[in-house]
Amino acid sequence: MIEEHDAVDITTVTADSPQMQPLAKDQDAMANKIGLLFIIGLVCFLGFGVAYWQDATYWIYGTLLGIGLFALGAGFIAWGKYLLPKGPFVEERHVLASSGQERSAFAAALMERGVAPIKRRKALGALLGGSLGVFSIVALFPLVRSLGPLPGDSLATTNWKKGTLLVDINGNPIHIDQIDVGGFATVFPEGLQLTDDGQAIDQTFLIRVDTEGFTTMKGREGWTPSGYVAYSKLCTHLGCPVGLYEQQLEMLVCPCHQSMFNVREAAIPTFGPAPRPLPQLPLAVNSDGHLIAAAGYNEPVGPGYWERP
Amino acid sequence: MTATATPRTKRQEKAAAGPYGNVGKAVDVLDERLGFAKGGRTFMDKIFPDHWSFMLGEIALYSFVVLLLTGVFLTLYFVPSQRLMTVPMDFPYKPLRGDTVSEAFYSTINMSFNVRCGLLMRQMHHWACDIFVASIVVHMARVFFTGAFRKPREANWLVGVTLLILAITNGFLGYSLPDDLVSGTGIRIADSIMLSIPVVGSYVSFFVFGGTFPGDIVIERFFIVHVLLVPGIIMGLVGAHLGLLVRQKHTQFPGKGRTERNVVGSPMFPVFIFKTQGFLFMVLGACALLGALAQINPVWQFGQYYAANISYAVQPDWYMGFLDGLLRVMPAWEFNNFGYTIPFEVTFPAVIFPGIVFNIAMAWPWIEQKFTKDTEMHHLLDRPRDVPHRTAFGVAFFSLLAILFIASSTDVLANFFHVSLNFVLVLMRVLVFVVPVVAYPVTYFICIELQGGGSLMGKRKRANVVTRTEDGEYVALPSAPRPGDAHEELDATPVPTFIVEEAAAVLEEEVASESGVKVAER
Repeated sequence: MIEEHDAVDITTVTADSPQMQPLAKDQDAMANKIGLLFIIGLVCFLGFGVAYWQDATYWIYGTLLGIGLFALGAGFIAWGKYLLPKGPFVEERHVLASSGQERSAFAAALMERGVAPIKRRKALGALLGGSLGVFSIVALFPLVRSLGPLPGDSLATTNWKKGTLLVDINGNPIHIDQIDVGGFATVFPEGLQLTDDGQAIDQTFLIRVDTEGFTTMKGREGWTPSGYVAYSKLCTHLGCPVGLYEQQLEMLVCPCHQSMFNVREAAIPTFGPAPRPLPQLPLAVNSDGHLIAAAGYNEPVGPGYWERP
Repeated sequence: MTATATPRTKRQEKAAAGPYGNVGKAVDVLDERLGFAKGGRTFMDKIFPDHWSFMLGEIALYSFVVLLLTGVFLTLYFVPSQRLMTVPMDFPYKPLRGDTVSEAFYSTINMSFNVRCGLLMRQMHHWACDIFVASIVVHMARVFFTGAFRKPREANWLVGVTLLILAITNGFLGYSLPDDLVSGTGIRIADSIMLSIPVVGSYVSFFVFGGTFPGDIVIERFFIVHVLLVPGIIMGLVGAHLGLLVRQKHTQFPGKGRTERNVVGSPMFPVFIFKTQGFLFMVLGACALLGALAQINPVWQFGQYYAANISYAVQPDWYMGFLDGLLRVMPAWEFNNFGYTIPFEVTFPAVIFPGIVFNIAMAWPWIEQKFTKDTEMHHLLDRPRDVPHRTAFGVAFFSLLAILFIASSTDVLANFFHVSLNFVLVLMRVLVFVVPVVAYPVTYFICIELQGGGSLMGKRKRANVVTRTEDGEYVALPSAPRPGDAHEELDATPVPTFIVEEAAAVLEEEVASESGVKVAER
């Protein structure tokens, strides 16, 4: 059982008071234990040095470093806890607030020396305030406006136009017989497959379903030659690539937040947080039998934003 | 005349140096020039109360030290550039040989494979970040549930909440730097969140990315904000946090000899310095062990980010989980009026909700004051059970965040338990409302129970001490009130010993306490 003492005032304590004695009953035994911890640390650090020098696998020297630091820290703490004055000590909490007299003297000095004379010049104050106000606004111009161009209508446009050839990531066009029913590919406008724009904005998901020339919704007749249907790959929720195709259900699934889009019915979201269908790209076939866009997208692709009509 | 020339013995030299030897000499030299003896003594005498929960903030401080140390190492090798290059054919990790990647990505895998200690430092840095944010949250919970934020410490609470926000922000920025597939997807989502802000959203996005997403400058910008701007602010605020702590002195739990007017514990020198220094090494050691043995963020497996690529079951770092969870459970409510769109299914979870969470956190000291009308100074901490409404609110708040965190892995849960994704999502939508609403009253009544039950509502139940008299008779008497029950400033009663050898001692103590102690009404 540890002997308990009352807390002693730290400023007046003398070296022989019980609070100044260490906590450990058997100090030498404790010193041995702490010494052992330091030796473990020492050995581990040496091991770290050797392992580094020999270019060992990282986890070997990392583990040695970790154990060494841990042992060193434990020894330090044990030294503080068991071999140094055990206390408890007490310190008075001084009142933070000044006396009422000091406070009013300060307020008076503040008022008489500066605030009152400054307040007298109301017009000057207004000018100073106005000038600082304008400064803080114009200072934002270089800080903010220089950061980038204005959006304009770039969020609403893609590089798909009437007649744009569909190519895969390697730049190869897609022949009408190339993809089996149930197959799919990510396609880009020709020449843009490796560019930022092509990748981030124009990316389109091409699927072949088993119905020849089916229609996803009224008004989109003829958009799907030979069962090929193409939707923007940008999720209308947060812009992740809708990269999962559930073949049996004919659903496109976004791996980020699990929105699901019905491929047969104009990619209407059937589940999850996506608010809008994926925009559909009308397709056609050129004279070589390769897939081309019959027109661009008729609405902005990707997530919603304020200016989106 | 010749006496000075005679060489002195060691003993004489020692005597001439005064009772404190070289230490005394050094103090003389410095004090004459800097006048630091008085202030130094005050600093040495500074008392730190001992309680395990007070070291949670130290974990945060020391994991930040780990972040600075390992982070400096990483900057020596990281190239913040999105310029494309080809991975050399002799690169140790075969699957990436010959791939076209950005310099940011290549420098990250290069320091992981070709720089000695590089991977260890990278993994330590990432672990230290997760620990940093986690320890801030746990430290904040300690401060919240024990009422340490009350007057005069409201300002330090504000500094603390700001530090949490900055820590989360910088964690996200750092996570984005390697330009790998997972972090790139994170940046894409961040872009869409910016776009969802009404009126100014697309401008915010274009200014951050210098044009349309992804652009070629975002890694450079994130880098300088991550390594200079935010850490600089964090360092300044950590200084303010500790400065206020020293100025206002640490809070303490009620106990033997502890009052509102003193601090009981260990002095700065030498005990606290030894303990805290040791703790620094232990936190360093823990991070090193995690970095060595627990793989984290193996970006070479994810590959370079391409905007048209995506991986399955991608999750952000844990502290972003609650936002991701709310993005999943939020219904698809997009508003479109007068030719303008508010993507509320994004704006609410990712902009408005975190705004509400952190504003409530910031304003909490004043919110509580509105209810309690308490304007007193508080240096003694509350037991959470003694403030049931605050505790219940805190538990409800954290339970909401916990459910949202769980909801960020709906797909993983559905796979793991072999249930439908639809079921998991609907369940989460229900739980988000039910769990906090249930948690509040349950916590409240647990607190009341712990205090002493219905009839003693608001007062702590006093345990009976059963003792045996000399005649062999057993008597049960209520124990003396515990220090928290009494009015501390009037009577700092010692903690009673509950196992009493002789009945007489109990009876004496009982009489004394009944007559002198005023039990505080809570």
